[in-house]
Amino acid sequence: MSVTIYVPRDSAAIALGANDVAVAISGEAKKRGVEIHIVRNGSRGMFWLEPMVEVATAQGRVAYGPVDPADVAGLFDAGFVQGGAHALEQGLTEEIPYLKNQERLTFARVGITDPVSLSDYLAHEGYAGLRRAIGMSSEAIVQEVLDSGLRGRGGAAFPTGIKWKTVANAQAAQKYIVCNADEGDSGTFSDRMVMEDDPFVLIEGMTIAGLAVGATQGYIYVRSEYPHAIAALNEAIATASQNGYLGANILGSGKAFRLEVRMGAGAYICGEETALLESLEGKRGVVRAKPPLPALEGLFGKPTVINNVISLATVPIVLARGAAFYKNYGMGRSHGTLPFQLAGNVKYGGLVEKAFGLTLRQLLEDFGGGTLSGRPIRAVQVGGPLGAYMPQQQLDTPLDYEAFAAIGAMVGHGGMVVFDDSVDMAQQARYAMEFCAIESCGKCTPCRIGSTRGVEVIDKIISNDNRPQQVHLLRDLCDTMLNGSLCAMGGLTPYPVLSALNHFPEDFGSPTEKAA
Amino acid sequence: MNREQPFDVGAVRDVIAARRHMPGAMLPILHGIQDAVGFVPADAVPMIADALNVSRAEVHGVISFYHHFRQQPAGKHVIQVCRAEACQSVGSEALARHAEKLLGCAFHETTADGQFSLEPVYCLGLCACGPNVVVDGELHARVGADKLDRLLQAKRGAS
Repeated sequence: MSVTIYVPRDSAAIALGANDVAVAISGEAKKRGVEIHIVRNGSRGMFWLEPMVEVATAQGRVAYGPVDPADVAGLFDAGFVQGGAHALEQGLTEEIPYLKNQERLTFARVGITDPVSLSDYLAHEGYAGLRRAIGMSSEAIVQEVLDSGLRGRGGAAFPTGIKWKTVANAQAAQKYIVCNADEGDSGTFSDRMVMEDDPFVLIEGMTIAGLAVGATQGYIYVRSEYPHAIAALNEAIATASQNGYLGANILGSGKAFRLEVRMGAGAYICGEETALLESLEGKRGVVRAKPPLPALEGLFGKPTVINNVISLATVPIVLARGAAFYKNYGMGRSHGTLPFQLAGNVKYGGLVEKAFGLTLRQLLEDFGGGTLSGRPIRAVQVGGPLGAYMPQQQLDTPLDYEAFAAIGAMVGHGGMVVFDDSVDMAQQARYAMEFCAIESCGKCTPCRIGSTRGVEVIDKIISNDNRPQQVHLLRDLCDTMLNGSLCAMGGLTPYPVLSALNHFPEDFGSPTEKAA
Repeated sequence: MNREQPFDVGAVRDVIAARRHMPGAMLPILHGIQDAVGFVPADAVPMIADALNVSRAEVHGVISFYHHFRQQPAGKHVIQVCRAEACQSVGSEALARHAEKLLGCAFHETTADGQFSLEPVYCLGLCACGPNVVVDGELHARVGADKLDRLLQAKRGAS
């Protein structure tokens, strides 16, 4: 009997050598006359173990990792095809504490299934949400999403159901569903993982959105830096179309929904929803002034739902299990779960889907295991390049949208980048301004000019040129950007800058504290 | 500097013909051209403008707005080093300086022999296993100076 062996096709696993490992395993099996069947699954998101190879046994899947091609012969010698003991053996995958202690709802299938296999998807609760939605009125679908408490997972945390309701109520001959898959923030990879490791869940979520608001066309705008995600989505869309899950007559309902992937072109600002729409229309990705809201005048001037990947990929489980099931996770007004992403200088970096409410410290220590370098954590940037740098004394803040907002930080999309005590926070503040200067769309002055002046002012602070006056000027400049910018690019760049200045004044040569 | 590079005019014409009727066809056309000929030649601009019924200035404006599009061919091998925060936190700036020294060219430049172009990239979504590098489209995670030396040596050997 042939043994099923799983070798991830997730691009992080590939970057760590998964393709070579798959080749080595199939070559070694052939040499030894062992019958195996290799499934290229998604990643479980435990990147320190990648490439992580799993073997199906009667007890469940047994994990081995991180596997190097040079380890493969030894693994066969140790009888790993029967789940045999080996130095790289991690036991039953599902029992690995990092994974076991998560609450995987949106990521329920990620790492388990073959991402581009429709039958695998269907065998693991796939399309249960769409099947239920098809029997419901559009109002009822929107209500279900409203009742779930789902808020936009891209960062702004606006209630998804309200956005949908606005589009559903708009009158127009054509409406659109647009998925914002321009995940350009450093420290985030949950969108990438969904697209590469479970693309059908995003397709299903967008199809449900289409039924809910009366849209027949969807676009997934994916950044050009994610070619593996684009390939997986295109393959899954073709399969879904061939099998009646997309197209003119979805599951015989008489309703139509078509889906197309569009590739971005390396502009960070296109993660901002109106700039993304401009880009989809074939123009420079310049931010639009709101109103009108995209819900009323969006893509090609038509009513448009524009949501992040995780928001849309969470819709299927909300429909399949019901709003109450999802809403019961979380704390306060932050309902459900968020796939947190542990990145940067962290020992056990990876994806942790948990209900809102645990503290940042629990995530960094219990899951992350501290820094990779073994030095103390000094700062954690939460929520992307426009998120605040949080110092040690703020790490006990619960992960909840409101609790973070109260201390001038943001949960955003749940990406966190860990820095040890060797970091120079003045350089990080400078980088934030420089990044804004490079990536600004240029439409509004506070962002376009402010960021360039910001770099100059921080350079003067670093070189101790009129330091007190320059710090005063930097704060004034941040105030202008915060309150005067057209969108979040210029409006949030002060977050990393001011948090670095406020929490780590010694790095800016503050006379009150000595530099380390 | 403005000397036009030779390119396959027929390939550009085919891409435009195949994609001009897509809604918002500009980016798909530019991607198609760059995939086919390696960059977006200046002489393709009037062809695109004509097909989409927009001005040449608009086409040029789009090409120059997006970092992905090239107006000149790249070197034979393209090396991209991630310079975003997560990679910075594990030493990507030192790696970036090492890459410049190794190749003898700065970021956004091509080596004098035309073999290597060095470019920054801001996030590949591999932020839990940096520093990350892309060599001719292939992803490499946890790249230190030694690994970068090996990757470049392999390309030198192959060329």
